[in-house]
Amino acid sequence: MTEPDLVSLRDVTVAYDRHPAIHHVSCGFARGSLTAIIGPNGAGKSTLVKTIAGLLKPAEGAMRLHGVSPKDIAYLPQLAGIDDSFPISVQDVVLLGLWRRTGAFGRITLDMRVEASKALSTVGLDGFEGRAFGSVSAGQRQRVLFARVLVADSPLILLDEPFSAVDSRTTADLIRLIDRWHREGRTVLAVLHDHDQVRRHFPQSLLMAREVVAGGPTEEVLTPANLLRARAMSEAWDGDAEVCRGAA
Amino acid sequence: MSLLYDWLIGPFADFGFMRRALAACLALSLGSGAMGVFLVLRRMSLIGDTMAHSVLPGAAIGFMLAGMSLPAMSLGGFLAGLLVALASGLVSRFTPQKEDASFASFFMISLAIGVLLVSTHGSAVDLMHVLFGSILAVDDGSLILMASVASTTLMVLAVIFRGLVAECFDPLYLRALNGRGGLYHVLFLTLVVLNMVSGFQALGTLMAVGLMMLPATAARFWVREVWSLICLATLVAFVSGYIGLVLSYQFNWPSGPAIVLVAGALYLLSLAIGPRDGILLPLLVRRHLRS
Repeated sequence: MTEPDLVSLRDVTVAYDRHPAIHHVSCGFARGSLTAIIGPNGAGKSTLVKTIAGLLKPAEGAMRLHGVSPKDIAYLPQLAGIDDSFPISVQDVVLLGLWRRTGAFGRITLDMRVEASKALSTVGLDGFEGRAFGSVSAGQRQRVLFARVLVADSPLILLDEPFSAVDSRTTADLIRLIDRWHREGRTVLAVLHDHDQVRRHFPQSLLMAREVVAGGPTEEVLTPANLLRARAMSEAWDGDAEVCRGAA
Repeated sequence: MSLLYDWLIGPFADFGFMRRALAACLALSLGSGAMGVFLVLRRMSLIGDTMAHSVLPGAAIGFMLAGMSLPAMSLGGFLAGLLVALASGLVSRFTPQKEDASFASFFMISLAIGVLLVSTHGSAVDLMHVLFGSILAVDDGSLILMASVASTTLMVLAVIFRGLVAECFDPLYLRALNGRGGLYHVLFLTLVVLNMVSGFQALGTLMAVGLMMLPATAARFWVREVWSLICLATLVAFVSGYIGLVLSYQFNWPSGPAIVLVAGALYLLSLAIGPRDGILLPLLVRRHLRS
C-alpha cells in the first residue's frame, strides 16, 4: 500500500472577490519531496502556498494534511509582507521560529537563544543577534527568515518567493540549506521564477496557471509546450465570466 | 528658590484638586504611553484619533440615562468605542475595504450620533465637558477608574506582549502558526478604547488621543526598541501632564489643551534635535561613519 501524500488538494478553488486565483486544483506532495511551484505572474502560486499554510480557505474542494498538523508547517512569507520598520532585533525574529514550543507565553531560555545564534551562524550571520531587523540588507533579512525556519524544525516547509531581491551568493547559500532540509527528509515547497534554478536544484515541479498545467519530475514539467500553455492560460482573464458550474 | 517652589511644587502642595490631577496624569501616562507606541508601530495613529471620537455617543447615552455619572458615561463610551472598533475590523476583514477607511466611516456616524444626542438632550456646557474634559475636576471615583485602567492595560499588555509584537511584525507568519493574531488585535483595540474612555473624563474625547499619540511619536526620535519606546513615551506623557498642569494653574489656561500642547512642544523638540532621524542632526553632524 502506497503512503498517502503529506499534502493533498482535491478540486480546490480559492477566489478573491469571486474571481478564482486557483481553480479546481487537484495535486499532492509526497513526504520528503522537494517541489518548485512555478508559473507566470498571477498564476496562483502564492495563493496555493497560502492555502496549504491555512491562511486562505478554499471556496470549493478540500486540502488535507496527512501525518502533520497545521502547527507543524514552517511558512516563509514574501519579504514584502513583513514590516521591516518594526523595531525588532534579528535574534527576536529568529526566536519567533520557536513559537510552536514557546507559544505566546512560554519562557525563552538561554538554550533557545544559543539555538537561535547557531541558526544565524548557519545562514552566515554570525554576530547579527543584536542588530535591528530593519537595518540589515534585503539579502540578510531573507537569511534571517531562513534561520527562523531552521529553528522551527518543521517537517513541512513552505517558501514563498524566497529568492526575490536576493543576490546570487545569498541564493546559492540558501539553496544549500534547502538541499540540506531535503536530505533530512523534510517536505519542501518553494514558489520560484527562475527556471534554470528549478532545473538544477528541484527534482519535482508543479506548473500553475490558476489551474495545474503539469506536475511531476521537473524535466517533464518544464517543457516549451507546457510553458507556452501556462502563459496562454494565465493571460486569459474574463472580467465578465459566468458562474462556474464544476471542474474544468 | 521660593519662586521656583511656588511655581513648580506649591500648586500641588496647596491644593488637593491639583494633586488629584497630577495623579490622574500619572495613571493616564502609564496606560496611554504603551498604547500610543503600538498604535504608531501598527501605523494606526489616525485610527486612534477616530476611536477617541467614537466613544462620544456612548458617553452621551450614559449622560442621558444617568446624568453626569462617570460610571454610566464610561461604560457607554467603552461600549460605543468597542462597537466601532469591532465593526470596522469586521468590514476590513470581510470586504476589500482597508481598516482606515472603515474606521473613518464608522467614527463619523458615531460622532454625528453623539453630537446630536448631546445637543438635543443636554446643554452646551455638557457638550464642552465631554469634548474637552476637566482634569481639575477629577474626583476619587474617576481617579480609581483611571488607575484601574492603567493597571489592567499594563497587566494585559505584559501577557500578550510577544503575540502582539509578532502580530505587528509578521501577521501572516503568526496566522500560519494558528497564533490567534486576530485575538491579539481585538485585545489591543479593547485596551485602546479603555484608555480613551479613561482619558475623556480628564481631557475630553477630542484631547484624550493627544496624550496617547504625541509622546509615542516624540519617543521615536530618541530610541528604537519597543520596550524603550514605551518607557520614554510614558515619561514624556507624564512630564507633559505635569508641565501642562503647572502652566494651566499659573496662567489660568484650560488644563486639557495645555497638557496636549506641552506634549506637542516636546514632539516638535524631538523632531528637531532627536538623535534618531531628527531633522537638525544631519545638518550639524555632516561627517559619516567609516564603512
